Amino acid sequence: MPDMRFNIPGQSLNREPFIDKIPDFQKKCEVMITDRGYKCKITNIVPLTSQEKLFLLRIVDPMERVLFTFRPGQFLMLEVPGYGESPISISSSSSNQEFIELCIRKAGHVTSAMFEAKQGAMVSIRGPFGTSFPMEAMRGHNVLMVAGGLGIAPIRAPLFWIGNHRDWYKDVRMLYGAKEPSQLLFNYQFEEWRKVSNVNLMTIVEHPDDSWKGRSGMITALFDEFPIDPDNTFAIVCGPPVMFKFVCSHLDRLGIPMNRMFVSLERRMHCGMGKCCRCMVGSTFTCLDGPVFDYWSVMNLKEAI
Amino acid sequence: MIYKVISKPEFRAFVDALVRANTSYGPRQVDTDRHGDPIYQFMPVSSADDIAFDYTVTTSSAKHLLMPFRGELSRFNFSDSDWKQQVNYETQPIVLIGLRPCDISAINILDEVMLKGPYPSPYYLARRKNTFIIGMDHLPLPDCFCKSMNRHTVNHGFSLFCSDIGDRYYLSINSAKAFSCLKEFQLDDPTDEDNCRLIERRKLIKHSFETNIEVSGLPVFLDIEFDSPIWQKWGEKCLSCGSCAMVCPTCYCYSVEEQFDLDLKGSTRESHLYSCNLVDFAQVAGGHNFRPRSGDRLKYRYYHHYRGFAANDNQQICVGCNRCGRTCLANINPKDVINDLRLERESCLTCVSTSPDKA
Repeated sequence: MPDMRFNIPGQSLNREPFIDKIPDFQKKCEVMITDRGYKCKITNIVPLTSQEKLFLLRIVDPMERVLFTFRPGQFLMLEVPGYGESPISISSSSSNQEFIELCIRKAGHVTSAMFEAKQGAMVSIRGPFGTSFPMEAMRGHNVLMVAGGLGIAPIRAPLFWIGNHRDWYKDVRMLYGAKEPSQLLFNYQFEEWRKVSNVNLMTIVEHPDDSWKGRSGMITALFDEFPIDPDNTFAIVCGPPVMFKFVCSHLDRLGIPMNRMFVSLERRMHCGMGKCCRCMVGSTFTCLDGPVFDYWSVMNLKEAI
Repeated sequence: MIYKVISKPEFRAFVDALVRANTSYGPRQVDTDRHGDPIYQFMPVSSADDIAFDYTVTTSSAKHLLMPFRGELSRFNFSDSDWKQQVNYETQPIVLIGLRPCDISAINILDEVMLKGPYPSPYYLARRKNTFIIGMDHLPLPDCFCKSMNRHTVNHGFSLFCSDIGDRYYLSINSAKAFSCLKEFQLDDPTDEDNCRLIERRKLIKHSFETNIEVSGLPVFLDIEFDSPIWQKWGEKCLSCGSCAMVCPTCYCYSVEEQFDLDLKGSTRESHLYSCNLVDFAQVAGGHNFRPRSGDRLKYRYYHHYRGFAANDNQQICVGCNRCGRTCLANINPKDVINDLRLERESCLTCVSTSPDKA
């Protein structure tokens, strides 16, 4: 009688497979940390409004700090141990490896727990995941960035990139709209972006209060105030889904080609690795094929915006 | 692949030896339904007597033995203002007995989904590599439609597959481990008669299907019919309970949730198998739901199964076992929905083609 027990010693992954034809790990996975996160310390917390805070994270392990590189537009999975994971777009400069900045709105279970966190608390991140804005392809062109509300968080990464490579791009313009003047985030950085990064920043609010001296109205109103060279402009649009529709169709009417408009879609990712299907839009994963899509792909996706 | 024949008592002895030495799961009768018919499930078995070799079909698939309903992804152990994360991929070897060709095809589809792409799942790979599968063919039930999905035969993905040829089993041996386990038992090389009997058996199975669904060109129909009213019509019937996804052999969508231990000294991150029919499947923080109506969610499920997603090269992932149709409380089954969709489109085509005569 042969020994029929399948108790081969050692790691289960290294065991002799029972079935020969199994697609094996791809190369990328051998270096990829899938479920183990990078441990981070919250080094600083900047309260922006009553609902939004900016968190500065620093990866504890110096080796992991060097390994963690990302491109503007990518997101990471932020883990608050015990509470869960949440996808957050990275809102800092991709050339700064010392700190990762995350702009977080208190919206759900995990972000509420994050709001309670004090300086020095330990959280964990996985990633970075997803596609990024094609910053190299925009070289030599005008860049038009349109942000609405919390959409400024993912748009800060390409903004910092442009600040670092300002001579690559011609005319850089940024339009930023919010519901109320108090909801304009990062207003302490506006002058820095205008003067140091040479970005033409325009703001607009929907419901102005008495102290507001700037423009008021919908963000599309700003398009009438300056000329757009449609053959020579790339657009980056981030904001609530309803804003995409109006802004992108307006830019489309102005003649900017659809494959030169980039939007960042948002879904609730659970795994970030294209397995759980929670972030499906049509037949596309937002976590693998997104979150940055060109507007042409978004138009072809059903139920996207 | 090596082909052998084995007598039924000898095969039973082989299974008995295998089952006694390992953690094994096989079809067992667990209850009877309201008509008095037996209900089978894949349950732990300890000897060959526990296994219902002549079972019809199990209510749930064997999916949860490879992708558990609740699977631990990682553990956090808290200490003073710090924590440690543990990730454990290790798993125990298991033996699955009596899987039907459609079940094995479903596992092959799960392999494609879970092990392809930039991030293969190590949890699934560990379980898959440590699973010994014995397949058995069967005569289809009246509502099976795996032939329409071309999943009534299977060529890979098992260790051992047996076809019933009267008093003997015709074995297809697909792994070295299975062959070495079988060495001690009385095996014969198949004779011409055995080969003929196998072909007869295949023919009999092929001709026994009573339910057929026309799926050729279905992806195109589905794309065209994205806004069809039939989705709302079936959506109104759907109770959004998610039973179909729980019994489906290829539904793999999951959610990741995290729970504190009761003593607050640690927490566990778990994957829970989920259903796209549940109301909060596409809900995001802040309360916006991208698929608020039950019709939208039902449509999403049919798109995933019959159009296929980019993740699995746009292949249809339905294997045609009709477990979802049998278990649905509102009596929605894929046959009716797809025929409804086709009828809608084809009646429309007739009106277009006859319009020149009318004019």
